[in-house]
Amino acid sequence: MFATYLGRELGKRRRQTAIIAIGLALAVALVMIVSAIAAGVRDAQTKALEAVYGVGTDITVTQAAAAPTDGDGGPRMQFDFGADAGTSADGSREIATTRLTPAIGSTAFDADAIRTAAGVDGVAAAAGGLTLQNLSFSGQLPDIQQRPEGGEQGFAPGQGPGFDVGGGADGSGGSSFGIESFTVGGVDVAQPTVGPLASTTVTDGRALEASDAGAEVAVVDADYATTADLAVGDTIEVGGTPLTIVGIAASTSTSGAGADAYIPLDTAQALAGLDDQVTTVYVQASSASLIDAIATGLKAALPDATVNTQAELASTVSGSLASASSLITSLGTWLSAIVLAAAFITAILFTVSGVTRRTREFGTLKAIGWRNSRIVGQVAGESLVTGLIGAVAGVVLGIVGIVVVNAISPTIAVGGQAAVGQQGQGGFPGGGGGGFPGGGGFPGGGSFAAASSSDVVLSASITPTVVLVAVGLALLGAVLAGVFGGWRAASLRPAAALRTVE
Amino acid sequence: MYELSGVTKTYRKGSSRVTAVAGIDLTIPDGQLVAIQGPTGGGKSTLLQLLGALERPDSGAVRLAGDDLAKASDGRLGRVRAETIGFVFQGFNLIPTLTARENVETALVPLGVPTQERRSRAEAALAQVGLADRAEHHPSELSGGQQQRVAIARALVKEPSVLLADEPTGNLDEGTRDEIIGLLEGLWRERGLTVVIVTHDSAVAARAERRLTLKDGRVSG
Repeated sequence: MFATYLGRELGKRRRQTAIIAIGLALAVALVMIVSAIAAGVRDAQTKALEAVYGVGTDITVTQAAAAPTDGDGGPRMQFDFGADAGTSADGSREIATTRLTPAIGSTAFDADAIRTAAGVDGVAAAAGGLTLQNLSFSGQLPDIQQRPEGGEQGFAPGQGPGFDVGGGADGSGGSSFGIESFTVGGVDVAQPTVGPLASTTVTDGRALEASDAGAEVAVVDADYATTADLAVGDTIEVGGTPLTIVGIAASTSTSGAGADAYIPLDTAQALAGLDDQVTTVYVQASSASLIDAIATGLKAALPDATVNTQAELASTVSGSLASASSLITSLGTWLSAIVLAAAFITAILFTVSGVTRRTREFGTLKAIGWRNSRIVGQVAGESLVTGLIGAVAGVVLGIVGIVVVNAISPTIAVGGQAAVGQQGQGGFPGGGGGGFPGGGGFPGGGSFAAASSSDVVLSASITPTVVLVAVGLALLGAVLAGVFGGWRAASLRPAAALRTVE
Repeated sequence: MYELSGVTKTYRKGSSRVTAVAGIDLTIPDGQLVAIQGPTGGGKSTLLQLLGALERPDSGAVRLAGDDLAKASDGRLGRVRAETIGFVFQGFNLIPTLTARENVETALVPLGVPTQERRSRAEAALAQVGLADRAEHHPSELSGGQQQRVAIARALVKEPSVLLADEPTGNLDEGTRDEIIGLLEGLWRERGLTVVIVTHDSAVAARAERRLTLKDGRVSG
């Protein structure tokens, strides 16, 4: 009788059943789609962060560059040539020189910081790194001695193999020179899992090993190797010293963070004349939960240092993804809540209204001996079945919506600075007497830093949990409606119910 | 047997109170066919609801087979209605979505009668009121007289000892009225039921063993 009665009543009030079910279905679908998109954004965020993080590195320690002194004009690249430098030929001189210095924005500091960092509670490993810029200048210069006084000659740096500068005392001379620049990462070969090498994969040759300490060997970034036409077995000149390339490594980071060449830390220190100096200390925490505590400990132990945790990095790296996630979470949650509330209220009002219209019917049933609980059960059962119809329709609608979202494949630009340390600082500032005048400058950053931007395709995923939660919400709405409707039915006195005129 | 003593029932109507039943003392022996007449608002339907355990009096006692319905719990009143009393209403009060048979079966649901037995008893009750061939029809497919027959079958299928009818012929034409009152009278004689009929219709009241008049909440006759 219960099922027959229930089925007939729902069949009779198809429109009411449909309205309640559609309301609940829309709410279920919306909750599913919003949850799936939010999960997709979180996945994208995680992927983006995985690519940017140095695997195994939880915290980086760097040191801010000292403020420039008056007249210094900040860090700048300067080549000094003696009066007799180069070889003369026809009144001009062939010169070639290389500078290996801390990358702009990086500051070398005492490697004691590694030991200090390693001594902080909770630190599992600490490794030093030296981020260097190798700048080579080679070419032909006019006979400077024949130039008139006061004619400062300026030119912007370029990346081409060379460019001519008209000039010379009588205007007949000329010069041609080239500037080559690449970044060099001095890494602790004893701890390959901590630091920038951890986010690389060797594609040819081998990785740097502990036995490479002090050796004149290098692993070259795959992209740079292609650009500079380098292969395993070739040499790469770093600070004027040719190093044998033992491996080619591809960065697993999409951020572009990394160096063009990796060499043993002690070799880098020797070549740059920065004995026992580093520009970055990479710290691995023994537990993720200790990261904040370790960062605090590091700040206390190294008061002059800049300490960056992954969380801080994440907030920077996530950029638009974080914004998108936040937007979807807040907007989606509110939208879902509003639709859910509307669906619940609709279900409750329609159910109560339906019960009110059936006052005489329930009064009759009470008169012939039906208990309140049976009548409430009947109303709740009808409501629950309506909720189930809404839930099933909602799940189907939600899946369709998610499929549509995935078919559209919206992309989110992962903006922000994938930089650890002095983000976006550096670059050659230009200006300053005698250097490269003009406002140019190499874009640069701190230690293994790079501005990054990549698109992440948003993939909304359906999880059983989301489906269950959505179905649960629909049933909750139905139960709420059933409870209100049932309460209304149960509160009817049979005599009063019988007096009601239909 | 019904024994009513000092039964009073008042209702709130707006800001005033209306006394529907005012201190009635009444005894109805088992197996009696009683007709209650009286002007509209005289308290007839209220008295029927008190007899039918649908209402409790404000004061006094309504004893049915020695059981005081005035002091019984809601559950007890429900059981009395389910087991002992059958109702027939002026408006038939059938559930429109259920067939004639299913409507009759609803009276057996609170008794926990198994499905098959429920079905066969409902069909037998419908046959008794001459509607065996209309068992699977919905109320909307039946005439007023047929609907009232279904309602009578629903009231009698549980084999109650009391049948209470509130204007059972009020919505019927004259021919159908005679048909229905004849049916009720036949069932009363056949089953030895206590039947109380509230009616405005003197032709119906004339068939009763005993006629009572209710006016201003008081019984006479």
